[in-house]
Amino acid sequence: MDDLLYARAQMGLSLAFHIVFAAAGVALPVLMVLSDWKARRTGDADYRLLSQKLAKGTAILFAVGAVSGTVLSFELGLLWPEFMGQYGEVIGFPFSLEGVAFFTEAIFLGIYLYGRERVSPGLHLFSGVMVALSGAASAFFVTLVNVFMNNPTGFTPTPTGPTNIQPLVAMFGPGWQYQTAHVLLSCYQASAFAMAGIHAFVLLRHPGSAFHRKALAVALPLACITALAQPLVGDFLAKHTAEARPEKLAAMEGLFETQRGAPLSVGGLPDEETATMPYALEIPRALSILAFGDPDAEVRGLKEFPRENWPPVAKVHLSFQLMVGTGSAMALLALVTLVLRWRRREWPSGPRMMRAWLLASPLGLVALEAGWMVTEWGRQPWIIHGVMRTSEAVTPVPHLAAPFWTFTLVYLFLGLVVAFLLARQVAGTLPGREADDAH
Amino acid sequence: MPTELLLAFAVAGTFVLYSIFGGADFGGGVWDLLASGPRKAEQRALIARALGPVWEVNHVWLIVGLVLLFSGFSRAFAVLTVALHVPLTLLLLGIVFRGTAFTFRTYDARGDLVQRRWGLVFSVASVISPVLLGMCVGAVVSGRIRVEGRVVVSGFFAPWLTPFSVAVGVLALCLFAFLAAVYLTAEADSEPLREDFRRRALLSGGAVFLAALGVLVLAREAAPRVWSGLLHAPFALALHAITALSAVATFVLLWRRRFSWARVTAAAQVGFIVLGWAASQYPYLVVPDVTIQAAAVSPNVLRLLMVAIAVGAALVVPSIVLLLRVFEARPPRT
Repeated sequence: MDDLLYARAQMGLSLAFHIVFAAAGVALPVLMVLSDWKARRTGDADYRLLSQKLAKGTAILFAVGAVSGTVLSFELGLLWPEFMGQYGEVIGFPFSLEGVAFFTEAIFLGIYLYGRERVSPGLHLFSGVMVALSGAASAFFVTLVNVFMNNPTGFTPTPTGPTNIQPLVAMFGPGWQYQTAHVLLSCYQASAFAMAGIHAFVLLRHPGSAFHRKALAVALPLACITALAQPLVGDFLAKHTAEARPEKLAAMEGLFETQRGAPLSVGGLPDEETATMPYALEIPRALSILAFGDPDAEVRGLKEFPRENWPPVAKVHLSFQLMVGTGSAMALLALVTLVLRWRRREWPSGPRMMRAWLLASPLGLVALEAGWMVTEWGRQPWIIHGVMRTSEAVTPVPHLAAPFWTFTLVYLFLGLVVAFLLARQVAGTLPGREADDAH
Repeated sequence: MPTELLLAFAVAGTFVLYSIFGGADFGGGVWDLLASGPRKAEQRALIARALGPVWEVNHVWLIVGLVLLFSGFSRAFAVLTVALHVPLTLLLLGIVFRGTAFTFRTYDARGDLVQRRWGLVFSVASVISPVLLGMCVGAVVSGRIRVEGRVVVSGFFAPWLTPFSVAVGVLALCLFAFLAAVYLTAEADSEPLREDFRRRALLSGGAVFLAALGVLVLAREAAPRVWSGLLHAPFALALHAITALSAVATFVLLWRRRFSWARVTAAAQVGFIVLGWAASQYPYLVVPDVTIQAAAVSPNVLRLLMVAIAVGAALVVPSIVLLLRVFEARPPRT
């Protein structure tokens, strides 16, 4: 691998790692506050324990998210100094607002975690709400930066850098509504599915556990709502992409030839050399309908664009398939669960449904990572689409293999430790085990 | 005052606040490593209790400073991240291990062995990180980072691997340890524990003095620009006078066991040292090739950033006051 690829790999790895904790940092506080609120309303000890467990989980995940986010903010410059040196001023504003959100999140998390015995119940709950709101705001502002990189506006590019800069225009680039909504939903969805899966797992072994049934009942509504809303928002985003970034949509779909009444390809392995996609199942006219709402609409293929501007088609297509596939599976499970909930008037907890939720548990995170890869690979070879190539932005520092492997090992180690710690938190709630002391 | 100067002042302000708050957290890690005597465990418990609620918040000052730097002085940020790629990467590793180890230790409270291991990771990272931070500052003020156009031409090691940079690193370490010891005298809830940290504060105060002297001696050769800035910049002498006064006052207050006041003067001492550094390198962001004016972004962006700072301050300042007040009044020991 050359240094550019190492730099990209390090950035990609850091984002892939951070995004898990960032998603948890957005969603877990919501679940934590919900259980806390239920505990206060009902006086139920299980909900109280649940909110304490979720608070511990939030604390662990937030700490890892905070440090990996710090790494990212440095890496913007350490790996892409030309990008930050020239365009830092264009996209600095959303980053600054994200800094403010990060601040309030850390402050109120401190009060929530350590202040249970020191502040009034109202202030305590309020702190939890502030943590949840700040987390959402952080994700919102950071996503705006990604929107800018995909659809840059608000400046005039010149060979020496941007002029005539309007940061507020740059901040709300075209399609910002769809992408921010898509990202925020994915955070809640991934966390809620993961949490539901964990409690489904325990319920399979200890079907009677009241604590885990209640915990499941906290996670399932959020999981079901987000899983059903996400395909709708995704559809809006895809339509926007079809208009604004046709070559990205073509790569997502593995479409090489421009055609009217384009089919939707399910599966398939795009081959850039021959510009074909073997092994795909084609649904006639479906892509034209999905992209433009018209069975005869023309969808532009990759061949209309210069070869050197193509994203890596196979990677983008496969990630996209993975995202859509897992998203559909989750939506289907949500639908079945909601129907059962409506017919039986309680959240399903039978072994078959529990196995389904256990299997679905990692899907939210898989979809989140896959979706992120779609947007990052789909933007290549540009760091700012149409304005600056990734190869122009990379640092001149040599031997980038060293930091790449270092951070890879560090993230691997931290990931294992966090998984181990969270497993121990859950183990502490198993029937027959004493609930350990909470903060 | 021109907007870019206001923003530069804000950046310096975040560094001051990071030193006063985040620096003390690093110092806490140092004393965790050096905990000794009959009250070893109590010392560590006090440090953990004092850090717990605030360390995440204190850490944010670094991020805010960084964001203001790349939003307001993008070119300087790019230069610094290229020239200081290696020490900044090492600093990041220190920050990662420090933060995660502290949290893992706090939230996985079982088994002394596991606790001690995370404690060791936490405290070793707390020693290494301030030294690296100081070395970066040393490299910036020494004038060894050279830039032609937008290209760093001074290599990736030479600017920061110098005796002067190491001396600044050691000074940062001593300062943060000193600050933490003074804070902990006021946080301690028993008389013997208080005396432990009073002794540590006096000792590390002496170390600060020696390290500062070392930096000063080396600066004459290694950082001529700062050397003359230290002596001739318009406000430099006033800032040094205030620093010296706060240092003496901290010693006297510690000696007379006026711990709450010592905390204030020690924070002032550290804050004015950082401000003194900033003033001595004015008008350069990266001595001697990048000035504040040259690196500043367009005026409308600067104005917007000032708005962001104002909005941020309106939200953050009352929240921090609330946080500090919640954890200021200690409940009776159980």
